[in-house]
Amino acid sequence: MPLLWLFLIVLAIAAVGYVLGRSRALQSAGGDSRDLHSLPSYYGTNVAMKAAVPAFLLMLVWLLVQPLYINTVISGAIPDSAISDGANLGLVMSEVRRTAEGLDALVAAGEMTEAFARSARADLGDITQRLQDAGQIVTSEVTQPILRAAQDYRVMNATGSLLMSGAVIVLSLAGLLWGLRESQAAFRARNVVEAGVRALLIAAASIAILTTIGIVLSLVFNTIEFFRLYPASDFFFGLEWAPSFSGRGGSSELGVIPLLWGTFYISIVALLVAVPIGLFAAIYLSEYASRRVRGIAKPMLEVLAGIPTIVYGLFALLTVGPLLLSVFGREGLGWMQAGTAVMTAGIVMGIMLIPFVSSLSDDIINAVPQAMRDGSYGLGATKSETIKQVVLPAALPGIVGAILLAASRAIGETMIVVLGAGAAARLSLNPFEAMTTVTAKIVSQLTGDADFASPEALVAFALGMTLFVITLGLNVFALYIVRKYREQYE
Amino acid sequence: MTDASMQGGAAAPSRKSSIHTIDARTKKRNAAEARFKAYGLAAILVGLFFLVVLAVSIVRNGLPAFTETTVDLEFVLTEEQYQEAEGTLFKTAAYTDFFIAGLREQLVEDGVEVAFDEDAIERILGKVGGNLREFYRANEDKLGEPVSFTMSASSRVDGYMNGRVTRDGLEDSRFLMATDLDLVDVLRDAGIITQSFNWNFITGADSGVDNPGGAGIGASVVGSFFMMIVVLVLSLPIGVAASIYLEEFAPQNRFTDLIEVNISNLAAVPSIVFGILGLAVFIQFMHLPQSAPLVGGLVLTLMTLPTIIISTRASLKSVPPSIRDAALGVGASKMQAVFHHVLPLAMPGILTGTIIGLAQALGETAPLLLIGMVGFVARGYPDGFVGGFTEANSAMPAQIYTWAARADVSFYEKAWGGIIILLLFLLTMNIIAIILRRRFERRW
Repeated sequence: MPLLWLFLIVLAIAAVGYVLGRSRALQSAGGDSRDLHSLPSYYGTNVAMKAAVPAFLLMLVWLLVQPLYINTVISGAIPDSAISDGANLGLVMSEVRRTAEGLDALVAAGEMTEAFARSARADLGDITQRLQDAGQIVTSEVTQPILRAAQDYRVMNATGSLLMSGAVIVLSLAGLLWGLRESQAAFRARNVVEAGVRALLIAAASIAILTTIGIVLSLVFNTIEFFRLYPASDFFFGLEWAPSFSGRGGSSELGVIPLLWGTFYISIVALLVAVPIGLFAAIYLSEYASRRVRGIAKPMLEVLAGIPTIVYGLFALLTVGPLLLSVFGREGLGWMQAGTAVMTAGIVMGIMLIPFVSSLSDDIINAVPQAMRDGSYGLGATKSETIKQVVLPAALPGIVGAILLAASRAIGETMIVVLGAGAAARLSLNPFEAMTTVTAKIVSQLTGDADFASPEALVAFALGMTLFVITLGLNVFALYIVRKYREQYE
Repeated sequence: MTDASMQGGAAAPSRKSSIHTIDARTKKRNAAEARFKAYGLAAILVGLFFLVVLAVSIVRNGLPAFTETTVDLEFVLTEEQYQEAEGTLFKTAAYTDFFIAGLREQLVEDGVEVAFDEDAIERILGKVGGNLREFYRANEDKLGEPVSFTMSASSRVDGYMNGRVTRDGLEDSRFLMATDLDLVDVLRDAGIITQSFNWNFITGADSGVDNPGGAGIGASVVGSFFMMIVVLVLSLPIGVAASIYLEEFAPQNRFTDLIEVNISNLAAVPSIVFGILGLAVFIQFMHLPQSAPLVGGLVLTLMTLPTIIISTRASLKSVPPSIRDAALGVGASKMQAVFHHVLPLAMPGILTGTIIGLAQALGETAPLLLIGMVGFVARGYPDGFVGGFTEANSAMPAQIYTWAARADVSFYEKAWGGIIILLLFLLTMNIIAIILRRRFERRW
C-alpha cells in the first residue's frame, strides 16, 4: 500500500531531521549546550515538525481533492449517449469506478498485464468475461465509453498518486532543509516549537466543530436534493408512509407523520417506565440508603447503562416480545398480533433509560443544599414530606432537564426499535400494535439496494435532519433549564 | 429532630393524651413515610430485577451456542464398496447406504435395536453421503482402513440436545420428525451422538444463511479489533490535545465557546446521525471502501471523541494548580508545565476515560449498519495487517444484528452467544479501567 509507505517515508525523514537538527545546533554552539537558546531536543523537534506537518497536510488535502478533480474530469468526458434511460451520471460513474477497480484487481493478481488493461482496442466482451471470472462485480457488458472512462480513471489515479508521492516527499525534504538552516545557537527553537504545538492543539479542538459542520452539511445537501424530488409539504404533512420498492420513485408516499407518531409513542412508553422507577431509585439512593446499600445498588443500576443497545434489542425481540405475546396475544387477552410492538420496544427502552434518569436526578437531588432539608426537619416535617415539599420542588428544573435528556435519548435510540418495534408505519393508538420510528426507517431506507439518488434513499437524510433538529432542540432546552437552575444555588 | 418535637408540631393545641401515644394524624404521616420509602426501595428492586432478568436470559439463551452436537462413528469402506458406489447413478445415495449399514452394524455390536431409514439420517446429519464421498475421493489410501468420522448434527438436533427443541412443541416437518428424536436418544445413549465445546463458534467466520451450525464470531472479533485500533490511535491523541487546549490554553472568547457548545451537543447527538455522516462523507464523498473497519473506526472515533474529551478535561482539572505553579516557578514554560507535569499526573484518569469510551464504541451498532457492515457475510479473516483495515469485514455488534435479523431461528442462539462474547470483552475493559483508577489515581 503506497499510502502507508509514503506515511512511513515522511516519518523517517522527520526522524532523521530530529537527529540532524539536534546535532547541528549543538555543533554551532561548539558542543556546549549552555550556549544554546533552547534545549537541544527543541532544535531537533523544530526540524522534525517542519519536515512532517506540512507534508502530512499536503497529503490530506491531496487525498481529498484528487478524487473530486478526477470525478469532474471523467464525468465531463462521458458522452450523454452513454447514459441510458433511467440511469444518471452517478450510476454511470459508479460503474466506471467498479470497472477500474476490477482492472486494478486483475493487474494486481497478475492475470492481466498493465499494457493490456490500458489498451484502447481491447475486446469488450473479453474484458467483461475476465472481470466476471475474477469475481469482480460487473453488472452487464462493459460498454466502450465506460471502458474508456475507466481506463482514463486508472491512468489519472496512477499519475495522481505518483505526483502526490513526489510532492509530499519534496515538501518534506524542503521542510527538513529549512529547519536545518535555522538550527543555529541563537535560534529561539523552543518558542517556535511551542507555537507549533499550540497550533496543533487548536486544530485538534476544532475537530469538534468540523464534525458538526460535516453532519449539518451532509444532512442539508441531501435533504435539499430530496425536496427537489419530493415536495416538502407532502413529507412534513403526509399521513402515509409507503415507499415503493422499485427504487424509481413516483409512486412512493413518504409522509413523516406516522413515523413521528411511532417515535413519540414509543418514547412516551419508555419514559413512563423509566421516570417513576429512575426517580424513586434516585430519591431512595440519595436520601434513604445507607452508604453500603448505595455503594452496591448504584453501580449495579449503572451496569444497565453500560450494556450495548444491541443487547437490549435482542432482549426485546426474543425475551420481552414473546413474554408480552403470551399475556396479551391471541392465547391471552387477544390485543396483540406479534411480538414486535410499541409496548415491547417502549418497555425495554425504559429499562435502558432507568440508570440515565436515576444518576442524573441523583446528582441534582444531591446538589440541593442540606440547609434546606434541615430547615424543613426543624419545622417538624418527616423525611418524605421534606422530599416532596422541599427537595423535589427545588430540584424540579434539573429533574425536568434530566427527563428531557432521557427523552432525546429515547427519540434517537435505534437498535431497540429496529429489532423490537416492527416495520409497519401506522397511526394507531393501540400500544400493542407494531409501529415504526424515524431511526428504524433511516436504517431500512439506507441499508437496502436502493440507488442513492432516488427519493426512497434520500428520504433517510430528511429523516436524519428531522431527528437531528428534534434531539438538538431537546438537548439545548434541557441544558438551558439545568443551567438556569444551577445559578440559583451557586 | 426527635419524635416528640415532630408530634408536638403536628398535633398542636388540643392534645389530651400523652405524647407517648401516637395520635391518628401522626400515624397517617408515619404510614405515608413508610410507604414513600417502600416506593423507593421497590424502584431499586425493580431496576435490579430487570438486570437479573437480562443476565439470566443472556446466559440461558447464549450458552448453547458454545456447545456443538456431533456424531462420531468409526467406519470402514472397502475398495469394492468404493468402486461399486462410484459405479452407480446416485453416488451419494450409495455412500449414505453404506454409512447406514455401518451405523446398523455398530448399533448391533452395542446391542441396541432401533429402526430408522435413510431420510431420518439425512434429517439428523445432513448430506452424509456427499461428505463421505468427498473424503474418500480425496484420500483413496484410507480405503479398507477404519476411519473415525466426526460430523456435526443438524441445528435442530443440536436444539433438541440443548433443550431448545422439545418433543411437545415439535411438529413433524421435513426438517425433523418426532420419531427422529427416538433415534437421537438411542444414539446418544450409545455414545455416538455427543456434545462438545464449539471452538468453531469462537474462532470461525460467518457461514451464510443456510448453515447456522457453522457460524462463528471470530472474523467479526477481528473486525472489531481493527476498528478499535483506529479509534484508539485517532481519538486518544486528538482527544487529549483538544482537552489540553480547552483546559489549559484556551482564552475566554467566542471561538472557545463555540468549541465547547459543539462538544456538549455532539455528545448528545444520536449515534445513527454519525452513521449518516459516515455514509455521506467517508463513503459517498471520499469513496473509502464500504464495510471496511477503517471507515467504521473513523465514524466511531468522531462519536467517542466528545466522551473522551469530557473525561480527559475532568482529569486535567483534578490536577491541583500548585503543580503548575511549582513548575512555572522553577522556570518551565507553560507548555513544559503542562506536558512534563500536568499530563503525566492526569494520565491514569485519561486512560480510564479512554478505555470506557472504547468500550462504548465497541458495543455501538447503529452507525455500523449505515456504512454497510450488515447484510454482508464475513466469510473469512482478512489477509494481512493492512487488509484488516480496508477489506470488508463485520464487527461484533453488527454480526449479532445480522444473526438476529435472519429468518432461521437457530441463528438466535448464535446471536445470544455473540452477546456473551461481546459482554465479556466489555467487562474486561471496564475491569481494566477500574483497576487503573484504583491503582494509579491520586487524590490531592
